[in-house]
Amino acid sequence: MKDRSTVHRSLPHDSAHLHVQGRAQYTDDIPLPGGTLHAAVGWSQEAHARLKHLDLSQVRTAPGVVAVLTVDDIPGRNNHGPILADDPLMAEDTVEYVGQVLFTVVAETAGQARRAARLAKVDYESLEPVLQINDALDRSSEVVPPQTLVRGDPDEALAAGDQVLSGRFSIGGQDHFYLEGQVALALPGDDGDFVIHASTQHPSEVQHLVAEALGLQSKDVMVHCRRMGGAFGGKETQPALFACLAALAAYKTGRPVKLRLNRDDDMTVTGKRHPYQVDYRVAFNESGMIQGIDIRYSSDCGRSADLSGPVNARTIFHADNCYFLEHIRVESRRLKTHKASNTAFRGFGGPQGMVGIEHVMGDIARHLGLDPLEVRLRNLYGQDDRNVTPYGMTVEDNIAPEVIRRLSESSQYAVRRQAVAKFNQANPEIKKGLALTPVKFGISFTARHYNQAGALIHIYRDGSILLNHGGTEMGQGLFTKVAQVVAEVFQVGVDQIRCSATDTSKVPNTSATAASAGSDLNGMAAYNAARTLRDRLTCFAADRYGVPEDQIRYQNGMVQAGEHQLGFEELVDQAYLARVSLSSTGFYKTPKIDYDPNTLQGRPFYYFCYGAAVSEVAIDCLTGESRLLRVDILHDVGKSLNPALDLGQIEGGFIQGVGWLTCEELCWDDSGRLTTHAPSTYKIPTVTDWPEQFYVEIAAWSENSEATIYRSKAVGEPPFMLAISVFEAIKDAVSAAGPGRVQLDAPATPERILQAVASVRQ
Amino acid sequence: MGQIMDDHIQFFLDGELQRVQVQDPTTTVLEYLREELGHTAVKEGCAEGDCGACTVVLAELHGQAYRLRSINACIQFLPTLDGKYVLTAEGLADAHSLHPVQQAMVDCHASQCGFCTPGFVMSLFALFKSDISPGRQDINHALSGNLCRCTGYRPIIDAARDMYRLADPQHADWRRVAGAPDPRQLLDSEQDLLRKLRHIRRSETLQLGDRYFSPVDEDELAALVEANPGATLLAGGTDVGLWVTKDYRELPRVIYLGNIPELQQITVDNEGMTIGAGANLTEALAMLVDEYPGFAEVSRRYASPPICNAGTLVGNVANGSPIGDSMPALMCLGTVLQLRQGSRQRELPLDRFYLGYQQTALEPGEYVSALRVPRAMPNCHFQSYKIGKRYDQDISGLCGAFRLQLSGGNVQTIDICFGGMAAVPQRAERAENALQGQPWSETSIRHGMAALEQDFEPISDLRATADYRRIVAGNLLLKFFADTQAGAKPNRVFDLDEALG
Repeated sequence: MKDRSTVHRSLPHDSAHLHVQGRAQYTDDIPLPGGTLHAAVGWSQEAHARLKHLDLSQVRTAPGVVAVLTVDDIPGRNNHGPILADDPLMAEDTVEYVGQVLFTVVAETAGQARRAARLAKVDYESLEPVLQINDALDRSSEVVPPQTLVRGDPDEALAAGDQVLSGRFSIGGQDHFYLEGQVALALPGDDGDFVIHASTQHPSEVQHLVAEALGLQSKDVMVHCRRMGGAFGGKETQPALFACLAALAAYKTGRPVKLRLNRDDDMTVTGKRHPYQVDYRVAFNESGMIQGIDIRYSSDCGRSADLSGPVNARTIFHADNCYFLEHIRVESRRLKTHKASNTAFRGFGGPQGMVGIEHVMGDIARHLGLDPLEVRLRNLYGQDDRNVTPYGMTVEDNIAPEVIRRLSESSQYAVRRQAVAKFNQANPEIKKGLALTPVKFGISFTARHYNQAGALIHIYRDGSILLNHGGTEMGQGLFTKVAQVVAEVFQVGVDQIRCSATDTSKVPNTSATAASAGSDLNGMAAYNAARTLRDRLTCFAADRYGVPEDQIRYQNGMVQAGEHQLGFEELVDQAYLARVSLSSTGFYKTPKIDYDPNTLQGRPFYYFCYGAAVSEVAIDCLTGESRLLRVDILHDVGKSLNPALDLGQIEGGFIQGVGWLTCEELCWDDSGRLTTHAPSTYKIPTVTDWPEQFYVEIAAWSENSEATIYRSKAVGEPPFMLAISVFEAIKDAVSAAGPGRVQLDAPATPERILQAVASVRQ
Repeated sequence: MGQIMDDHIQFFLDGELQRVQVQDPTTTVLEYLREELGHTAVKEGCAEGDCGACTVVLAELHGQAYRLRSINACIQFLPTLDGKYVLTAEGLADAHSLHPVQQAMVDCHASQCGFCTPGFVMSLFALFKSDISPGRQDINHALSGNLCRCTGYRPIIDAARDMYRLADPQHADWRRVAGAPDPRQLLDSEQDLLRKLRHIRRSETLQLGDRYFSPVDEDELAALVEANPGATLLAGGTDVGLWVTKDYRELPRVIYLGNIPELQQITVDNEGMTIGAGANLTEALAMLVDEYPGFAEVSRRYASPPICNAGTLVGNVANGSPIGDSMPALMCLGTVLQLRQGSRQRELPLDRFYLGYQQTALEPGEYVSALRVPRAMPNCHFQSYKIGKRYDQDISGLCGAFRLQLSGGNVQTIDICFGGMAAVPQRAERAENALQGQPWSETSIRHGMAALEQDFEPISDLRATADYRRIVAGNLLLKFFADTQAGAKPNRVFDLDEALG
């Protein structure tokens, strides 16, 4: 029996059988045409300097080198910045971070290119670098202007508040650590056109930037991506640089050129999650109800704007998380430092916003001697009142209280809180902590025009269906989900559908696959394309069999037309012979969203996703080591398109968040050089970090109140923030070690935990 | 000395014989497979043996049978494949069906982006062939060298539990679950494998130009090392490989120790264990833990199976890194090195081997041929601790080892050694002296901790600050004290999780 398609089913990832055999083709696996050259980049060794002299003579004469390219070789625009044109492909006269590309070497082999790249002699005139957030604040060093959102009268509320706490803490950055590094292959084609194979979440942006760099038009560049080996936001804007350099090298040499970064170059050259500093003052009453808050998020954007504006805007939109904050000021500073330009990363500024407010909740509870969960519950958005966000959007579908209620019961939160206290009394040097934190995450790009998508569907005479859409596959299973949607419309098996590589020549002007919106947007666009085709088939069948259109039914690969039953492929072939078009595009734009990016007022989001997690940890007060002991998660994905894939996003997102807040520490030396640029020094979670007690549940009772694709909800980013429960649980454990106030920065490495323990014991 | 000039090596790749003319002996297996053969089922994630995307399994002759071991192709030099059989994820499935390991991964939704997946498949395959009902801790260990950034690992753990359901005991290839293969019960396909391996077995030295030598007996090795004092000695390549893949160093001459049967031996007598320079870490660590259960934590956290299957204990010691995980324990236990230079042999205690940062007492042309670790003394407490940012596969911030013998409640002898606290692995002599002969009490420990402060001047780096190292070194002494008490409470956070404890 054939596997009959339908949505809401746990079908395997469409490439799973290829993944396990190593037969899934990634960009670096594409067989190369004869004569393909390989490129490598040479980068700045200084964080801030004027380039006095760039001596590339030894690079040019190194074995195998065919060409060495600098900024002078760029025929078009020297930029890969996505919003502002402030990201040079190769440095002109100054360098602004260790890792900034100075030149590109093209050689017969990748090894030759990489060895040659080390032979440059660069004469720098050192300038003073800004490397710390506080330095940048002192100097008002900014990549984009600050923004502030105010509601009510926070100053008055703070002045009149019953109790006031203030504090500061910092949150580290995070490397994406996609397993497949940045890679692009540029093929010169006919009459000056180019085909670019790139590992990118945003083929259209690569297309536009390559065209601009080469002085071409978009029609001259085709970008192709079947799949990425992980992305997480790190392949939203970052791939354009490498695609542009590969294309430039192909343009200059007239030969195909591949540029694949090794891990160290990848981590040194590309941007990461923004590190933040959070400063706050909060007023609250004796039950922990927040009366007023003034919170400032200062983000380390690195050397250029990249996506830092929208990343920080999302921080502002998530400073409330699930809580009604009547009198609030949120200030957002976007600071320029001489480091790699920080960029999109799963959550896109939202996680830092939420870590801020969740820390405040814990701080208030510990100050008052209350259970932090009580404080959180007291401050939640209401259903009919206390339900408007600081940015003026009404929370219409607030299921956070229900999610928390169900999770605290299923996880036995109250009982375990007592057990933890008992354990801590008996153990002087090992302390446990427990915390429940909720998540409310807004879905839609805050850049309104990005909330559109296109799809293209062909039906062939044998009834097989070729599906193409503007979304990219990075492992999240988007191709599988969209194929399920199309299969559902036609009531055929997914094995009858092939979702082909993302290709700018099939669907134009696509948005990045980002903001968790991949299946919302592309699923709906494909749905619309499929409905157009089905309507044509229905119209044809009604006419052919003389029955009303409402009596045409599609089921199990068959079509019922009144009394007549025929196979889907038979109907298709008949339609072809009757000259019915069997190809259609589909388009979708997200309704309802409307807000003013200057005042930050309106409705930036179509809807919210909710979730909550309870985490239990243990810390060692002698070494600062910590261990995640148990996790309970309840997460809302609406009516899931594919529960197995959604579960994968929830679990994977959670652990990635745990890495960010615990073991993943980015270190720079005093001169601004990243010292953690490979997995030997940068530690993402491993298999052992998955606790044996892990209970995760999809909130099957939830359904999107908005008319999304089959009432599903987005899932890529929201679960990442469930990991904040781990960070809060660690602080809970630290607070059991001594009476002092808990001061802990992220990531909570053993060293930081040990410091925090020492400070509560002082 | 039967040396034959030959610039070819032979190995099998997923069943097919490869006869390769080696241009550069420091070409890695990964480079060769991907770039020369277009065999892209093996992925590069880091080129330093830390992510596991390149994991392959080697089959090689072992006595009358064969053994399987997973390794990282990214840091293994191509000529070391000579005489071996390489299995990759592409070779596991047949035309009709996926291998049980692969099918379990599909059924459990254990791949997302899929880039790490072939490496996980091979690590699981190595587990599938070595253990018939692994527990969670065995699974953790088996997969500790494979990074996945997408799944959070749960479905991969499920696949490790599920794969046996799909095993086929009759199937004449790699689908049979097996422990150590029993030559009497080998399947036809395994007999075929042995025939293949015997066919390409090399009984004489392999020499590739003047750049690579792989001798087959120790006398020849000693002569080669003496005659080429500047040559790089290569055993597992888990460090030397990185000199090439990370630093792009040219190694003019390499002498490989991996084909000398006598060097691979571990022998035990009444006085001690002798661990040869070619014995891999997997075997050496197991032996040490067997004798010294207090070494279990460090052994478990030492490195991943692909690293331990390639790397050697002697290599770790001879390399002399200040943060090598074995040396504090080995030093603490009174380990003696057996050194050889031509026909001359001598012994040197490990605590006199390190002269300074990456400087050892080795003379030109001399090498470490074996380690000798004393047997455990009765009524002796021994414990070693590793402190890092992550449980699996991390380089320690610091690593401490303690050995104690009590006499009537007083310290009869105590050995305290640390890694990560100085330019070399080193004894804490002041702390040892402060505790010698003292009552084994918390008061004495506090004095010991104060003395320990004077023993080291650690540095700050990306792994830890000097302050942290100093404080935790003292605290580890306190921890050791707690561990020696009867009815000790859980002393490590890891003990509290069923995934570990």
